[in-house]
Amino acid sequence: MTSTRSLATDAVTVGYDDRVVVHDLSVSIPPGKVSVIVGANACGKSTLLKSMARLLKPQSGAVLLDGRSIAEQPTREVAKTLGLLPQTPTAPEGIVVADLVGRGRYPHRSFFGRWSDDDERAVNEALTLTGILDLADRPVDELSGGQRQRVWIALALAQRTDVLLLDEPTTFLDVSHQVEVLDLLTDLNLERGTTVVMVLHDLNLAARYADHLFAVKDGRLHSEGPSSEVVTSEMVREVFGMESRIVIDEVSGTPLVLPVGRHHSAQLRL
Amino acid sequence: MTAARAARRARLRRHRSVLVVLVLVVVALLAVTLSIGERIYGPSEIIRVILGQDVPGASFTVGRLRLPRAIIALLIGVAFGIAGSLFQRMLRNPLASPDIIGISYGSSAVAVVAIGFFGATGPAISIAAIIGGLTVALLVYFLAWRGNVHGARLILIGIAIGTMLFAVIQWVLTRIEVYKAAEALRWITGSLNSAFWGDVPPLAIALLVLVPVAFAVSGRLKILELGDEASAALGVAPNRTRLLIVVIAVGLTSVATAAAGPVAFVAFLAGPIAARLLPGGTGVLAPALVGGALVLGADFTGSQLLPTTFPVGVVTGVVGAPYLLWLIARSNRPGGTS
Amino acid sequence: MTLSTAERTPVGPSGVRPASRRRRLVAGLVLGLLVLVAGSALSLIFGSRVVSWDEIIGGITAPDPASFAEQAVATRIPRTVLALVVGAALGISGALMQGITRNPLADPGLLGVNLGAALAVVLGITLFSISTSGQYVWFALAGATAAALIVYAVGSIGRGGATPLRLAIAGAATSAALSSLVSAVLLLRTDVFDTFRFWQVGGVGGASFAQMTPVVPFLVVGLILAVIAIPGLDVLALGDEVARGLGGSVGRSRLIAGAAAVLLAAASTAIAGPIAFVGLVVPHAARLFTGPGHRWLLPYSAVFGSALLLVADVIGRVISRPADIPVGIMSAIIGAPFFIWLIRRSKVREL
Repeated sequence: MTSTRSLATDAVTVGYDDRVVVHDLSVSIPPGKVSVIVGANACGKSTLLKSMARLLKPQSGAVLLDGRSIAEQPTREVAKTLGLLPQTPTAPEGIVVADLVGRGRYPHRSFFGRWSDDDERAVNEALTLTGILDLADRPVDELSGGQRQRVWIALALAQRTDVLLLDEPTTFLDVSHQVEVLDLLTDLNLERGTTVVMVLHDLNLAARYADHLFAVKDGRLHSEGPSSEVVTSEMVREVFGMESRIVIDEVSGTPLVLPVGRHHSAQLRL
Repeated sequence: MTAARAARRARLRRHRSVLVVLVLVVVALLAVTLSIGERIYGPSEIIRVILGQDVPGASFTVGRLRLPRAIIALLIGVAFGIAGSLFQRMLRNPLASPDIIGISYGSSAVAVVAIGFFGATGPAISIAAIIGGLTVALLVYFLAWRGNVHGARLILIGIAIGTMLFAVIQWVLTRIEVYKAAEALRWITGSLNSAFWGDVPPLAIALLVLVPVAFAVSGRLKILELGDEASAALGVAPNRTRLLIVVIAVGLTSVATAAAGPVAFVAFLAGPIAARLLPGGTGVLAPALVGGALVLGADFTGSQLLPTTFPVGVVTGVVGAPYLLWLIARSNRPGGTS
Repeated sequence: MTLSTAERTPVGPSGVRPASRRRRLVAGLVLGLLVLVAGSALSLIFGSRVVSWDEIIGGITAPDPASFAEQAVATRIPRTVLALVVGAALGISGALMQGITRNPLADPGLLGVNLGAALAVVLGITLFSISTSGQYVWFALAGATAAALIVYAVGSIGRGGATPLRLAIAGAATSAALSSLVSAVLLLRTDVFDTFRFWQVGGVGGASFAQMTPVVPFLVVGLILAVIAIPGLDVLALGDEVARGLGGSVGRSRLIAGAAAVLLAAASTAIAGPIAFVGLVVPHAARLFTGPGHRWLLPYSAVFGSALLLVADVIGRVISRPADIPVGIMSAIIGAPFFIWLIRRSKVREL
């Protein structure tokens, strides 16, 4: 039951006004897998994600959904296939959790559509998966940062798309919720075949959860592949400008990056 | 039944009952407006007039004077209410109203010049007003356009032009002879005194077209409120939707202004009042009804309840604003939602 | 133990070192003040008659009653001073109001000041037949402060106190009610309208130092409070929660800034009539140069406001002699295109 939707960028150059952030980047997102984009701050990973979500128009090149340029497809149709968790969404004042999540059903609802059982199911499922069902009638304004983040994730989940793009989904979440959310996304991927593409700032979580990793440096693709191949101390040095040691994570068997800073590196003489 | 669904159902029920009450209020106001005046007519006479029968006395008073006036009052209330609510939600600012992009000031400025310097009357003023309003709206939109229309730029430029026109209006009022100035003042305050059957068709047709579109766009507005990124992700193109909303609001405001002048503050008041009566509500029906009730109530108050007659534009502020203030104060009390 | 080079020379968010940014801002302010001085000179020179340098000196020091020119200069001095003072007061007041409400659409009239003054003046004309500037001043002051108090009271009832949202709506709603009342009277009494419409346009003509005296205490107190309010406002801009977290007293900051804004606006409206453009738009223009920090925003708003009003007055006098176009009108007509140009040029962040 793997998603067969293919998402790729073909030599896209993306920027804001006069500033080019992503240079001539071509990636092909493996369908039905969890892909993670990593890179230093301001390297263009969010910009890349936004262009893939058709939020930004590339200055050159194209984003291809199922082989066709995404810009040529009606945006509402695309919304049924591609969902996005944006970085800084705004919640209307006083809105209740269940209502906000409900708005994620918009692409699927017909013009005069009543609220259908399907919509109800999708919302409830989204609320349950993110563990906020008991917050359903609370106003979003009253929630903590972490709870609010989960509400927005639930909105993206309620959209029930084959491809899910998430820009830093772990912001504001404490470590247990971070892992919960990432586990949930993995469930989605395994059970429904949803293609998951996310930008993560935590390299170790990225290494653990990614089937396929993209390392971006200065708006260009540095390396890609499974974590075991991509996460090396050379990559960390070149992409993040940091010294590190790589060991194998005891728990997951994936590479674990041990940063070497100026302090607490007693064992090493550099 | 899940908690979410139960809460949603309860809220919809509450909203429905409030909406029903609003409809009843509007109907009551219509009834009162039609029957009470210098002469009071009973319901049977009124109904017979509406049905087209000839009732001595009533046919003229109710049929030719009160009925068109009431209908126009209702229609402009609906138009202003919807336009104001759309703008406030789109700009996420409760101080917003279509005046923000200067439409009312454009209409008023041209009307004042027409009255003061050219001695225009009646339909000529209305036409001048529409032209003025649409021109200014276009100008503001054009000036704010730099590849796309950023909400912030639109607001600021609209304010600049609006304030400039406001100053021009004040100045013109000092340059023309005082009786012309008073007449101009009467127009820009908004009045239904010259509302006759002839004015109804254009207004009705315009509303027939624009109101359904407003209803349709309201759904998109709910998504737009989530921010440009979330909105685009859910399939609602932000800039195109904003343009559509601006066009609708400008259209509604212009036709309503042409009919009765810029009736003060209905566009501004209807939205917040509706929001407090229906917390969490997102439709255009409530602001439309509130707007209609406001104008009907204000016109009735202005023409019947006060020692001297006042045009509707004067009374809307006095009737609507204290109500809004009371709603604010009431919601401020501990336990209420802000 | 060494500090890296980066730590020794910190770079500000715009990439420009804070020290040089300060220098730029100070230079800008000095430039602005020079413009004001030049403008003041122009204001003394131009008018329905152009005067010479000697006549100016004479007019300032010891006006010779026989010389029309020196008398003209003597009357222009209070006018110039008034334009400077009112412009500055409105600029500051607008910046404060936008800071208190965190709303870019806020202007000094937001708390009902302009309309409170207007209603009081209208009632004064109607009931007491006042008609001179000296008389308007007292009524306007009373009306403005009364309105602001009512708005603040309504906005503060209940939990949370006077949040920006409630203040803004309460103010705008109150203005709506007052405006309707004013219109009501004006429509009833055309004679009152005839007098009132000239106060309404706002002007600094016919000013005298004697007239200005009643408002001076208001201006001074307002200015002092404004300065006191600066740190509180910067913290307030971060949002009520963050502000409290940083130890700021949200209610008190708002109250002080609000009082300052009202006093300055009330004084200005009382002496020069309601002038709409300056308080609303000048802070935005200033912000384009200074950024959001109030320490620079307030002085720049003051200077921009003064400059605008001064230039507007001079041009208004020069363009249409012998009568002049009132300063409220002219400032909007000049200011609006300039402001639009500024907006189009710069990157306007989401408000």
